[in-house]
Amino acid sequence: MKWLGAFITFWENFKIAFKSLAANKMRTSLTTLGIVIGVLTIVSVASIISGLNKGFAEQISNIGSNVLYINKYPWIIMDDWYKYKNRPDITLREASFIREHSKYAEAVAPTSGRRSIVKYKDKILEDIRVVGIVYEEKDVENFEIDEGRFFSPIEVSRKRSVAIIGYEIKERLFEDDDPIGKKILIGGQKFVVVGVRSKRGNIFGQSLDIDVYVPLGTLYSKFGHRRSVGIQVKVKDPSLMEEASEELRFWMRVARALKPTEPDNFSINRQETLLKTYRDLTRGLYTAAFGIGALSLIVGGIGIMNIMLVSVTERKREIGIRKAIGAKRSTIVLQFLIESSMLCGVGGLIAVILSFIVSMLIDKLTPFPATVPLWSVVGGVIFSSLIGVFFGLYPAAKASKLDPVESLRYE
Amino acid sequence: MDKLIELKGIKKVYKVGKVEVHALRGIDLTVRKGEYIAIMGPSGSGKSTLMNIIGCLDTPTEGVYHLEGVPVHEMNDSQLAEIRNKKIGFVFQTFNLLPRANALHNVELPLIYAGVPASRRKKIAEHALEIVGLKDRKHHRPSELSGGQRQRVAIARALVNRPSLLLADEPTGNLDSKAGEEVMKIFEELYENGNTIILVTHEKYIADHARRIVHIRDGRIIDDTGVAS
Ligand SMILES: Nc1ncnc2c1ncn2[C@@H]1O[C@H](COP(=O)(O)OP(=O)(O)OP(=O)(O)O)[C@@H](O)[C@H]1O
Ligand SMILES: [Mg+2]
Repeated sequence: MKWLGAFITFWENFKIAFKSLAANKMRTSLTTLGIVIGVLTIVSVASIISGLNKGFAEQISNIGSNVLYINKYPWIIMDDWYKYKNRPDITLREASFIREHSKYAEAVAPTSGRRSIVKYKDKILEDIRVVGIVYEEKDVENFEIDEGRFFSPIEVSRKRSVAIIGYEIKERLFEDDDPIGKKILIGGQKFVVVGVRSKRGNIFGQSLDIDVYVPLGTLYSKFGHRRSVGIQVKVKDPSLMEEASEELRFWMRVARALKPTEPDNFSINRQETLLKTYRDLTRGLYTAAFGIGALSLIVGGIGIMNIMLVSVTERKREIGIRKAIGAKRSTIVLQFLIESSMLCGVGGLIAVILSFIVSMLIDKLTPFPATVPLWSVVGGVIFSSLIGVFFGLYPAAKASKLDPVESLRYE
Repeated sequence: MDKLIELKGIKKVYKVGKVEVHALRGIDLTVRKGEYIAIMGPSGSGKSTLMNIIGCLDTPTEGVYHLEGVPVHEMNDSQLAEIRNKKIGFVFQTFNLLPRANALHNVELPLIYAGVPASRRKKIAEHALEIVGLKDRKHHRPSELSGGQRQRVAIARALVNRPSLLLADEPTGNLDSKAGEEVMKIFEELYENGNTIILVTHEKYIADHARRIVHIRDGRIIDDTGVAS
C-alpha cells in the first residue's frame, strides 16, 4: 500500500509536470536551448568521432598490426619536414638485404607507386595511382581478388606487363564488360588485366578502389627507378614487434654502413604509431567538445534554475493550496524536481533528434563518416535529466519550504 | 460525548520587525464530535489565526492542541501534512481551487496525496460532486463556474477524504446572499449527517445556522453560547 501510494504520487506529479510544461510551450523550448546546445555539441562530436573510429578501423585493418614499414619518411612528422628531405631513397637492394638477414621477418615485400594515365579503348582515367608490388604482397596485406587471379611468381620475376585493377577502375573503364584478358594502356604502355581487386570502400572520402597494381619490376623497367620504395615486413610473432623493429633498424644501418654517431636516415613505421597519434587527436577533440558541451550545460542548467525559481514564485498560491490539502514537503520537492528534469530531458531529446540530422549532414556533405552512437543518445537524455535534477534542487527546496498560510494569502 | 478538539492556552505571536503582534492571547476551547460552531468577532480579532491553527496550517507559539486525543502541537511538518490531508477539510473565503484543473481534478487532489488509485479516486470525487449538486459540472474549470459553484467544488474537495472536521473561514464572504444560502444549506445537510463543522463569519444570519456561537475579541474568547444540550 505504501509503495502503491508512492507510485501514485510519482505518476500524478509526472502528469502535473507535463501539463505545466505543455501550458508554457514557448517558455519551455526557450529555456531548454542551453541544454540542447550542450547535448548537441557532445553528441555530434561523439558521432563524428565514432564515424572516424569506424573509418579508421577500416583503414587500420589495411595496415596490418604485425607489419613493420621501412620508409624514407616517418608517417607522422611532428617537427620540420626539411630534416628528412636529404635522406637517401630506400632501394630494392636494401629490401633483399633485409629479406636475407632478418630472423623476425616472415615475409618482406617492397612496394612503390607513381601516378599515371590509364586508358581502355576511348575511356581515359587521369592521375591514377599505379602501385608496383611483388609476389609476397599477398602475404603482408589482405589482398583479395574479386575476378581473375593474383600475379604468378613468374609474372613478377619476368617483369611481365600484367595488371590487377581496383574495383572502381573496373566499373569506370569496363562497365559491364569482362575486364579479364583485356589490354589497357598505363602511361602509354600496354598491360593485360589479369585480376580485379575486391571492393574495399572509402577512407575519409577517398576511394581505396581506384588503384592499379603491376609487378614492381615491370613498374621499374617501364617507368624508371627514380622513386624510393617502401619495404613491408611481416613479423612472425606479433608479440615481438619491438624486437623486430630494433632488428630491422640494425640491418638497415648495416646495409647503409652508418657510423654509430650518425642518426638513422630512414624510418620504421607501424600501425601502433598511427593509432597513438589518432588517439591523441581524438582525445583532444573529445576534450574540447566536452568542455564546450559542459559549459553550455552549466549555462543551460542555470537558465533552468532561474526559470524554475520564477515558476515557484508564480505558483506560490498553487503550492499553498497543495500543501493545505495535504501535500508533504517531499511531495512538493518531487513535483518540482520532476518538472525541471523533464524540462532538461526534453532538451536532451531535442538535441538527440537534431544530432541525427547533424550527423546525416556531416556524413553527406563532408568526407567524414558520422554515426550517432546509441550510448550518446541514451546518455544525452539521462545526463540532461540529471542536470535538471541538480539545478532543480534549489528551487524545489524553496517551494517545499513555503509557509502554507502565507502562500495562500499571495495574489 | 467524544472530545474532538481540545485547545488549552493557545497563543500566537507574530513578530513584524521589532513589533510583536499578539493575534491570540490564550484560547481555551473544547469541541465535541458532531458540533456545528460559528466563530464571530471583529476584523483583526484573530479568527483566521485560530482557524489556521485548528486546521494545522499554522502552529501556535504557545499552548496545547489535541485533535482526537493526539497532541498536534508536537508534530513535525510531514505529520501535520498528513493530518491536513486525512482529518481536516478546509474551505476558504477565496475558494483556492487550482485554476488550470477542472472541478473533478480539484476534488481528486486530496485523494492523490492520500495515494488512492485513479479509478477509485474518480468514483469518490464524482460522488462528492454529486453531494454538492455539481455532478454535471465536473469537467468545468473554476473560471467556467460561478462563485457559488466554485465554493461548492471547494466543499466537495474538503469532504472527499471523509475528514473528522470541516473548517470554513468566511465561506460566504465572496458570495451574494442567494449563493451564500445554497452553501449554508449544504453545511446544514453535512451537519445533519454527523459532520463536525466550524465556520467563521461576520454575518449574524450566517452564524445563526450554527448550534453554538463563539465570540472572539483581541485574541480572546469573550463569549461562548456553549454546547446545546
Ligand atoms: N502573518 C502575519 N504577520 C503579522 N501579523 C499578522 C499575520 N497574520 C495575522 N496577523 C495579525 O494578527 C491579527 C489577527 O489576524 P486574523 O487574520 O486572525 O484576523 P481575523 O479575525 O481573521 O480578521 P478578518 O475578519 O479581517 O479576517 C491581526 O492583527 C493581524 O494583523
Ligand atoms: Mg480572517
